[in-house]
Amino acid sequence: MKNNLLISAIAGILSVGSVVSNAAEEQFVPIPIYRTGPYAAGGAAVFGGFMDYMAMLNARDGGINGVKLTWEECETAYKPDRGIECYERMKDHPPTGAAMFNFLNTPMTYAAMERTDKDKIPIVSIGYGRADSADGRVFPYVFPLATTYWNQTTTKIKFIGAKEGGMDKLKGKKIAHVYHDSGFGKETIPVLEALAKKHGFTVQHYPVAHPGLEQKAVWLQVRQQAPDWVILRGWGVMNPTALKESKRIGFPTDHIVGVWWSGSEEDVIPAGDAAKGFITAAFHPGGKEFGVIKDVEKFVYEKGNGAVDKKIIGSIYYNRGIIHGILNTEAIRSAQEHFGKKALTGEQVRWGLEHLTIDEAMLKKLGAEGFLSTMKTTCEDHEGSGKVRFQQWDGTKWNSVSDWITPDYELTRPMVEASAMQYAKEKGVTPRDCSKEK
Amino acid sequence: MFYRECGQFKSGYAADQAIFPILQDKIAMGVLLAVAFIVVPLVATEYWLGSILIPFLILSLAAIGLNILTGYAGQLSLGSAAFMAVGAFAAYNFALRLPMLPLVVDFILAGVVAAAVGILFGLPSLRIKGFYLAVATLAAQFFITWGLTRFGWFSNNSASGVITAPRIMMFGYELTSASSRYLLTLSIVAVFALLAKNMVRSQIGRAWMAIRDMDIAAEVIGIKMLQTKLLAFAVSSFYCGVAGALWAFLYLGTVDAQAFDLNRSFEILFMIIIGGVGSILGSFLGAAFIVLLPIFLNVVAGLFGSSLHADTASHFEVMIFGALIIFFLIVEPHGLARLWQITKEKLRLWPFPH
Repeated sequence: MKNNLLISAIAGILSVGSVVSNAAEEQFVPIPIYRTGPYAAGGAAVFGGFMDYMAMLNARDGGINGVKLTWEECETAYKPDRGIECYERMKDHPPTGAAMFNFLNTPMTYAAMERTDKDKIPIVSIGYGRADSADGRVFPYVFPLATTYWNQTTTKIKFIGAKEGGMDKLKGKKIAHVYHDSGFGKETIPVLEALAKKHGFTVQHYPVAHPGLEQKAVWLQVRQQAPDWVILRGWGVMNPTALKESKRIGFPTDHIVGVWWSGSEEDVIPAGDAAKGFITAAFHPGGKEFGVIKDVEKFVYEKGNGAVDKKIIGSIYYNRGIIHGILNTEAIRSAQEHFGKKALTGEQVRWGLEHLTIDEAMLKKLGAEGFLSTMKTTCEDHEGSGKVRFQQWDGTKWNSVSDWITPDYELTRPMVEASAMQYAKEKGVTPRDCSKEK
Repeated sequence: MFYRECGQFKSGYAADQAIFPILQDKIAMGVLLAVAFIVVPLVATEYWLGSILIPFLILSLAAIGLNILTGYAGQLSLGSAAFMAVGAFAAYNFALRLPMLPLVVDFILAGVVAAAVGILFGLPSLRIKGFYLAVATLAAQFFITWGLTRFGWFSNNSASGVITAPRIMMFGYELTSASSRYLLTLSIVAVFALLAKNMVRSQIGRAWMAIRDMDIAAEVIGIKMLQTKLLAFAVSSFYCGVAGALWAFLYLGTVDAQAFDLNRSFEILFMIIIGGVGSILGSFLGAAFIVLLPIFLNVVAGLFGSSLHADTASHFEVMIFGALIIFFLIVEPHGLARLWQITKEKLRLWPFPH
C-alpha cells in the first residue's frame, strides 16, 4: 500500500511537467495562490478575483481574441521557498509556458526575479515588489504596474498637503512614520526623508516589531512628539492594533494615512470604532457598482461558478484581484496585436506588458471607469505612471475621499534609477538601450 | 537473505570502528552516492534539481546542525533559523566586501561567523537547561532577525533590507544551471554530513552524549562543561550558518532576514523530531518529510483537479500533513531513523525469523 502510494506520487510529480495538451490556442496563466498561512484572507480573495475575471472573459468573449485562458493553482502558503517550487513547476506549462507570474508576495517576487530573467517570463507585481524595478532598462522582466510603494508614499504627502491647504503649508509640520519593522516597512524611509527635505516638514520613524501586537511604547513616543499626521505602513494584525492604540492616546484617526495593505476591510473591522475616519492609499475603490464586476457576477456567479464566496465580491481585496485580471489580460491582448492572435510565450507577453496603454476609452470599454487609473508603460517605465487615490473608512465601508493623485515622479525617478543602477552594478547587468527597442 | 552479515569478520579495531561495518551498507551507500552524484544530475529535470532537491539538501544540513546540538548534546534550541540568517548575511558581506575570496571560503567563513554568534548565545546554556534554554535561544531568534533588518550595513544599505547573491563562480566558471548548483550543494552537504557522522562517533561526540544523558555524571567523569557545551553550540551554528549561506546563494538567490523567522526554526526542529533525534540519517529523513511531503500532497491534490474544490484541497494538504506527523510519532516516537533501524534488524533475519 505504502509502496503504491509512493510510486503513484512520484509518477504524479513527474507527470506535471509533461502533460501534453492538444488544444493549441490556450494561454496559460499560473496562479501561485496562498489559501493557507498568515495572509490567507488576502491571497484567496485577490487570486479569486483574478481567476473570476479570466473566467468571465472566457465565458463572455471566448477568451482573448479567441485564445482561451487556462490557469492552475499552486499553493505557496506565502512562503518564498514554496513559491519558487510553484514557479519551477508551472513555468513550462503547455502549450506555451506561463504567460507571466503574479506572486502577490514581495519576498517571493525578489526571489524569483533572477530566475524569470533567465527563463524569459515576466513578473507582474501590481502595487508591491521592488520599487526600483520600475526602471525597465535594468529589469526587463519585472513590471511593478499601477504604482510602487515609493510613488505611493509621495502621494500620501501630496494628499496631506492638500488637506493642509497647499504644499507650502507642510513647512514645519511634524509627521510620524509608524512602520512594520521589515524590508517592506523600511523601504520608503529614504523617500520620506527626501520629501521632508523638499517640503520642509520633519519626519520621525517608529519601527513596530513583527507581528505588531504590542505597540503601547511606540504610541507613547508618538504622543510625546505630538505629530500633525501619522503615516502608517502596517501589515496584517499590526493595523487594527495601531488604530486602537492611537485612539487610546487620543490621536485623531482621520489624521492617520495608511499604506494600501492597511486599507482592506480585514484591517479595520477588528479595530471597531477606533478605525472610523482612518484614511489609506488605494489604487482602486471597493464596491460592486462597476460594469466589470457586474459582468463577473453575470457570466460567472449566476452560472454557479466562481472562485470565492459571493459575499466578498466588491471587497477591497477582491477588487484588487479584478485589477490583476484586467492588467494581465490587457497585456496579453496588447502582445497579441503585435505577435498575432495565438497563444504567446512569456517573452512575447513581456512585449505586451512593455507596450500597455490603459486610457479613458479603454477603461470605458472594460467597464472600469473610476475603477482603475490610466497608465502607459514604456521600456524605461515599467510602472506605467499610475495614479493613487485615497479612501476613508466610515465604520461600514470604504469611501473615496480624493481624486486620482499623480505621484511625485520628479523626486522618485532619480532615486529609482540610482537604486536600479546599484543593482545592475552588483549583479553585473548591462542596462538595455531603450532607443534600440522596437 | 540479502542483508546478512555472516562471514564478514572484523579482524582489527579499524574494521570494527568503520562507519559502515557491514558490507551491504557500504555497497548501499556507495550506490546511493553514485546515484546522487552521477545519475540524478543526468536524469532529473531542472524543476526537480532546482526546487526540490537543493532545498531538501540545504535543510538537511541545517537539521544536522540542530541535531548535533539537540540530539547529541541535549541542548534544546529554537534559534537555528537565526544562525542560518547570520550565515546568509555573513556570506553576502564576505562576497561583497572581499570579492577575491573563492565561494567555498565565503561559505566556510559564514559558518565561522555563525559559530561565533552561536557561542555567544550558547553561554546561557551553562546555567539554564531544558525548556528554559529553549526560551533563551528564542532571544537569539528575535534579536538576530531584528538586528539584520535594523542595521543597514548588513544588507549594504538596501532600502528593503534584502540581500542578493552575487554570481556564483567556481574555478572560473559561472554556475548557472540547476545541475551545477545541485552538485555543489550535494558536495558540500556530503562532506559536512561525513564530518558530522565522524564527530559524533569520536571523543567529542561521546562527551556530548554524556552531557545529554546526565550532565552531573558527565562532569564527575571529567568532561568539561564549558568547553563541551559551547563546542556543541559552535559546531551546530556553523552547520546552520553554512546552510543559511547555501540557502541564500544556491537556492533563493535573494533573501531578507524574514526568510529566517521563527517558523523556519520550528520547521528544522520538527525535522529532527520526525526524522530522529540524535541521528544523522534522521536529519535527512526528517528534511525529506517536511520539505517533500507538502509538495507531494499539493501535487496529488492537483491531480484530482476540478473534482476537488481548490479551497478544500489546500486545507486538506495542511490537515493530512498534520495527521501524518501524529501518525509517525505514535508509530515510532524515536523518528523515521528508528523505523529504518528496526527494518534493518528485521531484514537480518528475513525470511527466516526464529
